[in-house]
Amino acid sequence: MTGVRIAGVGLTHFGKHPERTGRDLFAEASASAFADAEVPRDDIEELYYGNFMGELAEHQGHQGPLMAEAAGIRAPATRYESACASSGVAIRQAVKDVRNGEADAILVGGAERMNNLGTAKTTEALAIAADDLYEVRAGITFPGAYALMARAYFEQYGGSREDLAHIAVKNHANAVPNEHAQFQKEIELEQALDAPMIAEPLGLFDACPITDGAAAVVLVSDEYAEEHGLDAPVSVTGTGQGGDRMALQGREYLARSPAAEEAAEEAYADAGIDANDVDVAEVHDCFTIAEVLALEALDFYAPGEGIGAAKRGETTRDGDRPINLSGGLKAKGHPVGATGASQLAEMTRILRGDHPNSDAVPDAKVGVAHNAGGTVASATVHVLEVHK
Amino acid sequence: MSENEHANTGYDEWLDAIEDGNAYYLECSNGHGSLPPRRICPECGEIGLEETPLPETGTIDTYTVVHVAAPSFADDAPYTTAIADFGPVRVTAMAPDDVAVGDTVSLTIGESKTNGDRLLLFERR
Ligand SMILES: [Zn+2]
Repeated sequence: MTGVRIAGVGLTHFGKHPERTGRDLFAEASASAFADAEVPRDDIEELYYGNFMGELAEHQGHQGPLMAEAAGIRAPATRYESACASSGVAIRQAVKDVRNGEADAILVGGAERMNNLGTAKTTEALAIAADDLYEVRAGITFPGAYALMARAYFEQYGGSREDLAHIAVKNHANAVPNEHAQFQKEIELEQALDAPMIAEPLGLFDACPITDGAAAVVLVSDEYAEEHGLDAPVSVTGTGQGGDRMALQGREYLARSPAAEEAAEEAYADAGIDANDVDVAEVHDCFTIAEVLALEALDFYAPGEGIGAAKRGETTRDGDRPINLSGGLKAKGHPVGATGASQLAEMTRILRGDHPNSDAVPDAKVGVAHNAGGTVASATVHVLEVHK
Repeated sequence: MSENEHANTGYDEWLDAIEDGNAYYLECSNGHGSLPPRRICPECGEIGLEETPLPETGTIDTYTVVHVAAPSFADDAPYTTAIADFGPVRVTAMAPDDVAVGDTVSLTIGESKTNGDRLLLFERR
């Protein structure tokens, strides 16, 4: 089985770009990935593309071939949809296909256009990641669902809104030097705590923003990288995916995310590592509580212990294991279908040393990307390692 | 009425039954509970699920007060949505605004202020 190398990565600015089409966003990200990779477009054998709400936002289905065309490649193209984990599952498929010899070079990525809908319609569109009959019709919104998990967590393990606010403060601070981030500005703890409520106990600063953006990654086999003398120092060494019941009400746990626990376990075993080997991670903090659930699912903390990590300074840029040096979904932004691929792109830059926050982890060799769909009914985890 | 004009066989009948005071859940022969429409037990894969009376009361596990609503709940906001544990199944429904974790509730049918749609409602017992 061949190894999988990250030949190049590309990102658009994440932010409010309501006038830009999905195809334009993905074209920019892919052009930037190709420039970074020095892989000719003709060598790409597949496009795996993540997108969640293109039908609702742009009245556009069948986005695989549309995005291949936008990227200037002639190759079979498939869209993957798994809510906020759409490009995470696309990456997993690409990793498998490079490994099994199906393809030597794959373009994988994702895009989402959201701001053209406005807040109310975006709220409605995001809610389709939940169970329509049993959750949406009972008034559950995307923030509402995470609020239910946050309250359940507080009840079971303790913790407070202040603990969560420290996560928002941390991720905003990390985003300051990141030119791709939606919010390149710090926030104060009080500002987060005093913000208007969205779905109690979660306020405005507990939530990721509504974001337009795209991300693209060129994956190649070890053989391809060597044959073409590519400078591709980061490998994907582990992939894992897990699943859970769709609706929160059907789950065994309301304050844990077993789908991500399964994904992490599988990815660690695949890479031959354990949680202690991980130097740095990008995790799916669509809401502050989601970062807590991620830290525990990744086995960085036992259930109930992750809530205070940011407050204690363990996950800040000066901490033992910095989390979301990109700014995370919270401050970098969350263009849903692009998020999994953007985490891979950010982690690649962090490990290569060309990320504005690479200096926080100069010796980092192992990074993890954790991408979750909906309320973590689906999740992927990927392990990235500096190639030996 | 809203755009939810099409029928959802299984779910609609379940709402009717709750409205008539005959709330049920589906039970497989191994005792796993689930809610309709469902043909297969999600826990063990068994086919042939029996309608079994839902326990009269459940306990609130968690709740949220939603301030930013989708357009289909615009006139309801702010509103409270909760998950309650009825034993064999959990149910998600709108709840009284002063609900707390641990409260005992029963399941009934209410109406959306925004579009008149039927919706599940917890009443404190
Ligand atoms: Zn069963």
